Amino acid sequence: MWIAYQTIVVKEILRFARIWVQTIVPPVVTTSLYLLIFGGLMGERIGHMQGIDYLHFIVPGIILMTVIMQSYANTVSSFFLTKYNHSFEELLVSPVPNWVILLGFVSGGVTRGLCVGLAVTFTISFFVDLSVYSYGILAVSFLLTSVMFALAGFINAIFAKSFDDISIVPTFVLLPLTYLGGMFYSIDILPSFWRSLSAFNPIFYMMDGFRLGMLGVGSTELYLAFLVPMAMIALLAAVALYLLNTGVNTKT
Amino acid sequence: MALALSTSALSKTYSNGFEALKAVDLKVEKGDFFALLGSNGAGKTTAIGIICGLIKSSTGSVEIDGLDQQSHINEVKRKIGLMPQEFNFNPHEPNIEILINQAGYFGINRKEARVRAEELLKKVNLWDRRLEVPQSLSGGMKRRLMLARALMHSPEILILDEPTAGVDVEIRRSMWRFLKQLNEEGLTIILTTHYLEEAESMCRNIAILNEGEIVVQSSMKGLLKKAKHQTLILECVESLFEDIKINRCECEVLDEHTLQITLPESMSISDVITKLLLKNITVAHIRSAQNRLENLFLSLTSKEG
Repeated sequence: MWIAYQTIVVKEILRFARIWVQTIVPPVVTTSLYLLIFGGLMGERIGHMQGIDYLHFIVPGIILMTVIMQSYANTVSSFFLTKYNHSFEELLVSPVPNWVILLGFVSGGVTRGLCVGLAVTFTISFFVDLSVYSYGILAVSFLLTSVMFALAGFINAIFAKSFDDISIVPTFVLLPLTYLGGMFYSIDILPSFWRSLSAFNPIFYMMDGFRLGMLGVGSTELYLAFLVPMAMIALLAAVALYLLNTGVNTKT
Repeated sequence: MALALSTSALSKTYSNGFEALKAVDLKVEKGDFFALLGSNGAGKTTAIGIICGLIKSSTGSVEIDGLDQQSHINEVKRKIGLMPQEFNFNPHEPNIEILINQAGYFGINRKEARVRAEELLKKVNLWDRRLEVPQSLSGGMKRRLMLARALMHSPEILILDEPTAGVDVEIRRSMWRFLKQLNEEGLTIILTTHYLEEAESMCRNIAILNEGEIVVQSSMKGLLKKAKHQTLILECVESLFEDIKINRCECEVLDEHTLQITLPESMSISDVITKLLLKNITVAHIRSAQNRLENLFLSLTSKEG
C-alpha cells in the first residue's frame, strides 16, 4: 500500500517537474506583476489595511491564491489526463485501493502547491521584507487549503469530459471566490451585507487564517479558519471516494 | 485439472440497452493457452474488461484460481496481467518509468522493479528505447511495451487482447515465440485475436463468442475435426487443361500450373494426389487455401454459408 502511494506521488511530482515552464514559472511571473501593480504602484495610494502597509497586507493573499490555484490545477489536469489517455486503467487493474489513489493524487497537488508557493514566496522576498507571526498557523492553513483544493480538483476531473470542463471551475468559480475572499482587502471595510455574504465563502476563512499566521492580524476567530476547511475536506473526500468506489466516469 | 478462470452466467448490459454479454460460462484451465475469438462487437473486450475489473458486470460471477472476484478483488488483480487492445499509457512518460510505476502499483519497490523492467525490456527488444517516451515508438513497439508492462508483477494469468494487431510479420512471429515460451514456463494465457492462424497455431483450447454468447467451447483439435472440408492450392509441373474433374471434389484451374481443390473431410490429400497422377498431373507443391479455423469461425458466427 505504501509503495503504491509512494509510486503515485513520485509520478505526480515528476510530471509537474518535467513541465516546470508551464507549472512553476507562470505563477512566479504573475506574482511579480501583482506586487508591482497592486502593491508598488497602487499600494502607496491605499496606505494601510488593518494597520499594516498595503504591500505587506496583500502578500499572504497572493501566496495563498497561488497555493489554491496550483493544488487544484495539479489534480484536475493530472487525473483528467489519466482518464483521457486511459492510463487510469493501469491503476484500475492493480490492487491499489481507491483511498490510496485519492491520497496519492491529493498529495501530488499539495506538493505542487508547496513547491510553487515556496517559489512565489522566494520571489516576493525580493520586493518585501517578509516576517512570520506563527509558523504553526501558517503551516496548518497551507495544508488545509491545499488539501481542500486538491480534492476539489480531483472531483472536477472525475466529472470532466473535455479540456473545457477542467478550465470552467477555476475561471468562473475559484478565481472570483479567491478575489472575493479578502485577497486584496480586509472584509472589515465591506458594507455589512457583503461582509455577511463573505461568511459563506470558505476561501475567506483560509485567507484569514493564513494572514493571521503571517502578519498576526485577522478578521475572524482562528478556530473558524481551521474548522471550515476541515469540514469542507471531510465532505469533499467523502464525495471523491464515493465517486471512485461507484466508478462514475471511470468504469463502464 | 484446476481452473485458472471460470465465469458463471456473466452478463453485461450497457446503459444504452446494448447486451454485450449474455450469460457467458467460460472455463480456462491452469497452464492453458486459450483463444477467445469473436467478430467485432461479439463481447470479447467486455468479457476481458469484467475479468480484469475495468468494467462492472450486470449479473454473474468470475472466479480466478478459485477465488471469487468480488470478495477477493485485490488478490484476484495480483494474479492477472492485462495487455489491452488500445494503447493506454501516458504518452509523455519514459518507457522504463511506465514499467516501474506499474510494478509500484503492485507493491514492488523501485529497486526490484528496475531489475525486472530491464529484464523484460531486453526480452521485448526495447531496452535501447527505455528512456524515450511511447509517443516516439511505432505501433508494434507500443504493443511490446504493453506486453512487458503486463508481465511486470509476474502474473499467473496473462490476458492478451489483440496483442499483434498492427505488428509486422517478423515482430509478430517473435512475439509468438516469446508467448509460447511463457506458456511453457507455466503461465496461463488467454488470447483474443483477429489472426485466426495465430489462434490455431498457438492455442490448445478455444471459445467463440457471437453476439455476446458462447457458441462453442472446446479443444482446438476437437474443433478443427469438425471442419467439413478443406481447400488446397496445388502447384503442378505439367500445364493444366481447363476441365479437371475429381470425384467428390470441386476443382478450379487458377492458371496454367495452379489448381484449387476443395475436398471433403473423408478424403485424404494422398487420394487427391493419386487421382491427379492418374491424369498425368504431378504435384510439385501444396498449400492450404484458407485457414480451417477461419472456415469454422465463419460458419459458427453465421457470416458465411
